[in-house]
Amino acid sequence: MSNNEVLIPTVGVITDVRRDTPDIKTFRVVTPNGVKPFEHKPGQCAMLSIPGVGEAMFSITSSPTNTEYMEFSIKKCGCVTEWLHSAEVGQQITIRGPYGKPFPVDDEFVGKDLLFVAGGVGLAPLRSVINYCRHYRERYGSIDIVYGSRSKDDLLDYKEIIDEWSNEEGVNVHLTIDNPQEGWDGHVGFVPNYVKELNFSTNKTAVLCGPPIMIKFTLEGLCSLGFDKTQIYTTLELRMKCGVGKCGRCNVGSKYVCKDGPVFRFDELDELPSEY
Amino acid sequence: MRKCSIDNINDVLKALSEKIPLYLPVDRLDGKATYQKYQEGKVWSNALNTERSAKDFFFPQMENLVEFKTQGKNVEVIDIRDEKQDFIIFGVRACDVKSFEILDRVFLSQPVDTFYKSRREHGIIFSLACSKPNETCFCSVFNIDATAPAGDVTLWKTETEVFFKANTEKGEKILSEIDSLTTECGEETVNEQREKTKKILSKLPLSDLDLTNFGVGKTKALFDSPLWKEMSSTCLGCGTCTFVCPTCQCYDIKEFKVGDKVTRFRCWDSCMYSDFTKMAHGNPRLTQAERFRQRFMHKLVYYPDNNDGLFSCVGCGRCLSKCPISMNIVKVIKRVGGKENE
Repeated sequence: MSNNEVLIPTVGVITDVRRDTPDIKTFRVVTPNGVKPFEHKPGQCAMLSIPGVGEAMFSITSSPTNTEYMEFSIKKCGCVTEWLHSAEVGQQITIRGPYGKPFPVDDEFVGKDLLFVAGGVGLAPLRSVINYCRHYRERYGSIDIVYGSRSKDDLLDYKEIIDEWSNEEGVNVHLTIDNPQEGWDGHVGFVPNYVKELNFSTNKTAVLCGPPIMIKFTLEGLCSLGFDKTQIYTTLELRMKCGVGKCGRCNVGSKYVCKDGPVFRFDELDELPSEY
Repeated sequence: MRKCSIDNINDVLKALSEKIPLYLPVDRLDGKATYQKYQEGKVWSNALNTERSAKDFFFPQMENLVEFKTQGKNVEVIDIRDEKQDFIIFGVRACDVKSFEILDRVFLSQPVDTFYKSRREHGIIFSLACSKPNETCFCSVFNIDATAPAGDVTLWKTETEVFFKANTEKGEKILSEIDSLTTECGEETVNEQREKTKKILSKLPLSDLDLTNFGVGKTKALFDSPLWKEMSSTCLGCGTCTFVCPTCQCYDIKEFKVGDKVTRFRCWDSCMYSDFTKMAHGNPRLTQAERFRQRFMHKLVYYPDNNDGLFSCVGCGRCLSKCPISMNIVKVIKRVGGKENE
């Protein structure tokens, strides 16, 4: 049959597995021919599956500017993720996508000072945007990254953050962990409080991703600093089966997270029921 | 317009089914009408409508999507889609014909669902005008004309005759193939029946349902109504309403494994079920009140929001007669829409 059918996936091969934290691994995926499965934009997602176990939606953590492979940072928390965590290099899986509306990196973000705020595995979707904006550095103003997790060991992409992001001019990295820890001389405290302490100027465009409670209080914090909701973006996650707005389960009001999201601006979310 | 005597309808059905497989409402032993494949001896039901809707023809309750072969670390994807054959659905009522348009907007919008599309392209619809609508019918509320349904061919049935009118090229072609069994006729009898039926339709108890408070942009006004909790308090979450509904289209994708072969299939799902939105880290619709609200908000607000104001209900009345606790969309329209005198 000549028609392309989105529900029929293609084969992907796991070519690298990196343990980032005790419960997060980053998987590198290419096609059996060794090339990147498909092109995407920062913030978009892909459906990964292991036939016989199940299929689930994951944000693509690698930047579109990576021409060789795709990466997915995945926290172990359910059937599919648990299986993936047991997978070894060479394992074939299935992949389909890309899905969803990306971050407006080529329009609204252009020329803006950017503030990224992430908690835990919430860095996974933001890493794609951050590295995209670093790649096209001249298009954007300053870049601030606030990233927090429970402990030092739970920080994702720690090596890349320290070796690359922190050393780049015009990129300011602010790391924090929830509680004091031996060997950590950085900031200690929750992300929302740290964001307020850092007292960012309100001309920035902010992107938040993390646990719902972090998002709630960071949003409140930014608004109290004088940010407008039209300057703040986030990315949502709901259960999905099709990825293309037809199976009917990831809607928030009239919007489907898989198709109209996962990226939303907070003034857009204000128009929707708070059912997410 | 052409016609045949009701006594000769079996000849017509036989002639059609010899060319193309034909499905028509036939009474089961328990008296309920269901679509069955025509073969000699099958009798066209006189029931007002089939127990299940006609959506099964294009969106079956369960269908295989793709197969996988797994061996060691290797996965092979096997496309199992086959070429569909033409088929006729005979005697589809106006409500169900309208439901196809509502499903089309979901499955044929980009990216097109090729499973649905190929069935849709091969289906030839013979619709049947209503002459004796039921008390639970309220299609007119959604501007559906039960006396002149769409489809490739429209049928009108009287005590003595069956009338045929082609609406599409497909319909003209197939009618021309049974020319010898029908005769050319005027539209007087049909028009007479239509006028009579329209009078009955206008007097049906649900014909004055008021949808003013539903439709595009009504989410904020309705979402937080306390009535959702009250009205859903007896809902069993059985999902019957969604299964008999001609426009409910939510589906699940699941798999089964036999040896090293995995078959991935899709099947109907229901927003009324507790695990519909359940994720590893929680559920955004924890109680039946939220699921109940989702079903009706989807039909009466969310779907219209995304589809030029079109409601995702055709007033067929199946959910009214099937709900074990007698809760239904009519009660929701009346109460949440604020029009019922309590």
